Amino acid sequence: MNNKGVDQSKRQFLTSALTVVGAVGTGYLAVPFLAQMQPSAKAMAAGAPVEVDISKMEPGQLIRVAWRGKPVWVLNRTPQVLETLATLDPELRDPLSVESLQPESSKNPVRSIKPEVFVAVGLCTHLGCSPTFRPEVAPPDLGDKWKGGFFCPCHGSWFDLAGRVYRGVPAPTNLEIPPYRYITDTQLIIGESPEEASA
Amino acid sequence: MKPSRITECNEWFLARFPLAKLWNEHMTHYYAPKNFNFWYFFGSLALLVLVNQILTGIFLTMNYKPDAKLAFDSVEYIMRDVNWGWLIRYMHSTGSSAFFIVVYLHMFRGLLYGSFKHPRELIWIFGMLLFVALMAEAFMGYLLPWGQMSYWGAQVIISLFSAIPVIGDDLSLWLRGDYVVSDATLNRFFAFHVIAVPLALVMLVFLHIVALHEVGSNNPDGIEIKDSKDPWGHPVDGIPFHPYYTVKDIVGVAVFMLFFATVIFYMPEMGGYFLEHANFIPADPMKTPEHIAPVWYFTPFYAILRAIPDKFAGVIGMGGAIVVLFLLPWLDRSPVKSIRYRGGIYKKALMLFVVSFLVLGYLGTQPATPTATIFARIFTAIYFGFFLLMPLYTRWEKTKPVPKRLSSVHSLEEQLPALIEEITILKPAATEIGHTAFKGSSFTRSPNPEGIKNVISRLAKKAIGSLD
Repeated sequence: MNNKGVDQSKRQFLTSALTVVGAVGTGYLAVPFLAQMQPSAKAMAAGAPVEVDISKMEPGQLIRVAWRGKPVWVLNRTPQVLETLATLDPELRDPLSVESLQPESSKNPVRSIKPEVFVAVGLCTHLGCSPTFRPEVAPPDLGDKWKGGFFCPCHGSWFDLAGRVYRGVPAPTNLEIPPYRYITDTQLIIGESPEEASA
Repeated sequence: MKPSRITECNEWFLARFPLAKLWNEHMTHYYAPKNFNFWYFFGSLALLVLVNQILTGIFLTMNYKPDAKLAFDSVEYIMRDVNWGWLIRYMHSTGSSAFFIVVYLHMFRGLLYGSFKHPRELIWIFGMLLFVALMAEAFMGYLLPWGQMSYWGAQVIISLFSAIPVIGDDLSLWLRGDYVVSDATLNRFFAFHVIAVPLALVMLVFLHIVALHEVGSNNPDGIEIKDSKDPWGHPVDGIPFHPYYTVKDIVGVAVFMLFFATVIFYMPEMGGYFLEHANFIPADPMKTPEHIAPVWYFTPFYAILRAIPDKFAGVIGMGGAIVVLFLLPWLDRSPVKSIRYRGGIYKKALMLFVVSFLVLGYLGTQPATPTATIFARIFTAIYFGFFLLMPLYTRWEKTKPVPKRLSSVHSLEEQLPALIEEITILKPAATEIGHTAFKGSSFTRSPNPEGIKNVISRLAKKAIGSLD
């Protein structure tokens, strides 16, 4: 014991030192709790590729398959549709898919490996609703400008039948194209890109 | 006389716990202004609804299963097979809508009487944090039934976070715990909904009330009752919270319960506004319903989100609509608190704000047609205009002189006899022969058109005059 009174600067130093050490400790302790909210190993492993048989698809038909819990569309496009797609560029935000997500093999104006078979993740790039397939031209509810495409009912985004987004709608980019490749002419595998297969 | 065992126990307890002190400080010696009107019911009603949500929630948890495969069926199981399960579930689902009705009215009371202004800024901040926590609680609770609207609503709201530049995608992945809304999301939302957020809510309620009792309640006149005190140090215009306001609040509770029970028993879905129709279909990750809309209490903010044709700006607008409420105490520059003494410009601005909030709320429930979007944009501008122009128009407004003491308003009971006198004419009753014995007392009142016209024109003049 001494009677010299309180050494304020020493007390201040000890308080600051303890605060810093405590904060660092809390930071480290927080890591496991925050990290446990990341997708688990099981969730990350669940993205197994899905095989799709397209031999029985009619022209103009759309089928939905589940891949990683997401809806994936496979659409058989008719020659008329492909003709229309070529005329839409001025109305689109990203017609050449510069800012959009797709594998290298689908980075072309029709956004697919084979022009007639279109594959896309069926979730709007705005807020993740699944757009409705509206192949008809100029229906009464969508107006004369509608050339067939995907319409998002949630916030009214427009996409053409290559999943390219129109101007002036909330969605920022084109629909995502998943990696996929052809096993045979009528067999698709979604979740594996042609680059992976050749490697 | 020897003290009884009960008295002894009582004394033992009181010597170890400051119960009497707490009771006095916050109830019998807590002075509240004597002129509270019906707007002051909603604070205690919000507390009542919170208790309802916690109690019914505990019992729902006993039968609910937070599993993507079992959740939807377990809710239907509660509704059909659990004894009184339907009642407890409807009390909980109606309670969430009631919570927002009560809280919106409680907040509007603050706007009317300037309860957010100095020295009550912190009460307002705690209150706004409560509002945000309540929105989080309601949003996560809505995922639990795992219906179509639960699923796609959560998908849209979590995707909002992905609009944040740089960290957005990782953040929304972290929130979901999976690449899409899935079992992992449901399970964690359950954890947040039943323990994390309710704890935060209860703590914030505690802070909200502690801060309130430190500075004292505001009142419809917006006058500080602590400024005029009697020789014993009590506010002359104050009355003890207990018994005066506890008893008054019981009346409010009774009226509230009447409405609450009516909804629970006769219209628990409220035509698709309290429980949406699409939510009676199990969640389907492959297909979004034709029309999705959040529950009514989120629709004003949802309409703002949709009104802005850019993903990130829309999210900023939606968040900003809530953030701007936090800033209210510093946006309002008027020296006067209550609308009774404020200038006409604030009254008109507040009216426009209320209209824009209601219209946005309606538009948020409707599909986004081009016309609806234009209206949503106009009213979004008004919504923000109310707040962002406030520093200007509250500085210009011509306020009325504020009295030193609370004003007294004549009660309806006192006014009624004179009003009846004015709108009716007293006439001797046309007596039939043989009934003359009662002649002295037989007068009838018939409506007086002249009087009614006077009253209506007076009320109309008063209504127009009160806008200045």
